[in-house]
Amino acid sequence: MMLALEIGWGTTLAIKTLVVLTIIPLGALILGYTFLLKMMSHMQSRLGPMDPGGFHGWFQLVGDGLKFLQKEDIMPAQADRKVFAMAPAVVVLSTFLIFAVIPMGPDLVVENLDVGIFYALAVSSLSVVGVLMAGWSSANKFALLSALRSAAQLIAYELPLLLATVGVIIQAGTLNLQEIVLAQQNGAIFGWSGIGDPFILTQFVGFTLFLVAAQAELSQTPFDMPVAESELVSGYMVEYTGFRFLFFFIGEFGTAFAFAAIAATLFLGGWSIPGVTGDMANILGPFVLFAKLMAVAFLMFWVRFTYPRLREDQLQSLAWKVLIPIGLINILITGILKVAI
Amino acid sequence: MWGQQVVFWLLAIAMGAAAIGVVRSRDVVHSVLFLVVVLAGAAAQYILLAAEFVAWVQVLIYIGAVVVLFLFGVMLTRSPMGHDSNRLDNDQRWAAGVVALLIFGVLTALLVDAFGGQQINFGPELVAQGSPQAIGSDLFRTFIVPFEVVSMLLLAALVGAVVMARKD
Repeated sequence: MMLALEIGWGTTLAIKTLVVLTIIPLGALILGYTFLLKMMSHMQSRLGPMDPGGFHGWFQLVGDGLKFLQKEDIMPAQADRKVFAMAPAVVVLSTFLIFAVIPMGPDLVVENLDVGIFYALAVSSLSVVGVLMAGWSSANKFALLSALRSAAQLIAYELPLLLATVGVIIQAGTLNLQEIVLAQQNGAIFGWSGIGDPFILTQFVGFTLFLVAAQAELSQTPFDMPVAESELVSGYMVEYTGFRFLFFFIGEFGTAFAFAAIAATLFLGGWSIPGVTGDMANILGPFVLFAKLMAVAFLMFWVRFTYPRLREDQLQSLAWKVLIPIGLINILITGILKVAI
Repeated sequence: MWGQQVVFWLLAIAMGAAAIGVVRSRDVVHSVLFLVVVLAGAAAQYILLAAEFVAWVQVLIYIGAVVVLFLFGVMLTRSPMGHDSNRLDNDQRWAAGVVALLIFGVLTALLVDAFGGQQINFGPELVAQGSPQAIGSDLFRTFIVPFEVVSMLLLAALVGAVVMARKD
């Protein structure tokens, strides 16, 4: 049975764009609902989000959406209007671009780029430009401080994020995300190939590093100094209301969704589960990937709702003095083992 | 073949307009943001030349890090927020224009003289040349000495920065 249909490149492009355009807001909503509203309410005993609509507060998300839509669109008098309006779009654009290379099945990938993982990390670094634009154009000193913190943090944690993936890249011998999944599916741990070789087992250090660095890239607690609501009143987003704020919200949770998907692809075998191949994998793939990324996202949000915020200097010394050396040692050991075995 | 030409000229016009924006705009932050457009255009030109890896290196290093450092520096030192702050201007714009034209002329003459008649054959070989594998093995086999020299230079700069920043 062939799943492939004969369609022109224009239609293909339209379908691909549509898929990416739906996945990100959908993913952001799923993460926002499951984790931000429900899990946080359970973990921190919050009663509000459990109330609307009766059963388990299911109406809360709809209510939030309606609230955002009817809010007044405010622009500060001193704001740099064009930059102010463009900033949320830049943040969301970077989120959309990441998703183009994440494979969801043997044939289900929007663009099977040869430099896959490198591309994903490169475009994810674009969001900081949007954050800086937002912080500066708001003409508000809290927003500006937050943008500066954000830039310093994102630059510091981009390195451990890259270094964490290098171990996987060495093991798989490719940058292509699809081939990384296949390397895990067909791999073997010391000769035993029962479940392939999910890199979380052999690259556990890399997995931990990746999650810590991703947490910082996403500005999630304990690395949320850029948005620290108790001192900077939510930072670079402070002047944004209504629909523009919603963009930042989608950007934040959409990027969390994308990073969880990348972590699931790099370390948990992506769309593949043992014993499923061919067309079946194309059908099951998206669901398998979704289950895995939800597991990763659960870890990320668990940390977010549990730990207090770090201080700015603690954050910087953690990145430069702990994470980067660990990342380099991990690369060294992986390289030696790759050549030796 | 003319598809590439059309895309090239579209990108080139956008890059040229943005480059003029960099020097014309009276707000340093706007200049940096125009620079982002120019650098993104350069990345797109690399893709057009089938140098995919170099293109994304351009995005990661120049837009993701260098521009962010620029913005960081500008905002940290003299953040011209709002509309009424001191605007940038320069009395030497005509001299700068002459110098810019001169450089443009010399570079154009040089490039036309050196590569004028050459054609690029777009095909699988060109794509293979731009792949990370090819660049990696070029870098670590053919050009290993220059690569290491550059690494040493960067390391020296890094150590120098740390020495200068230390207070004790």
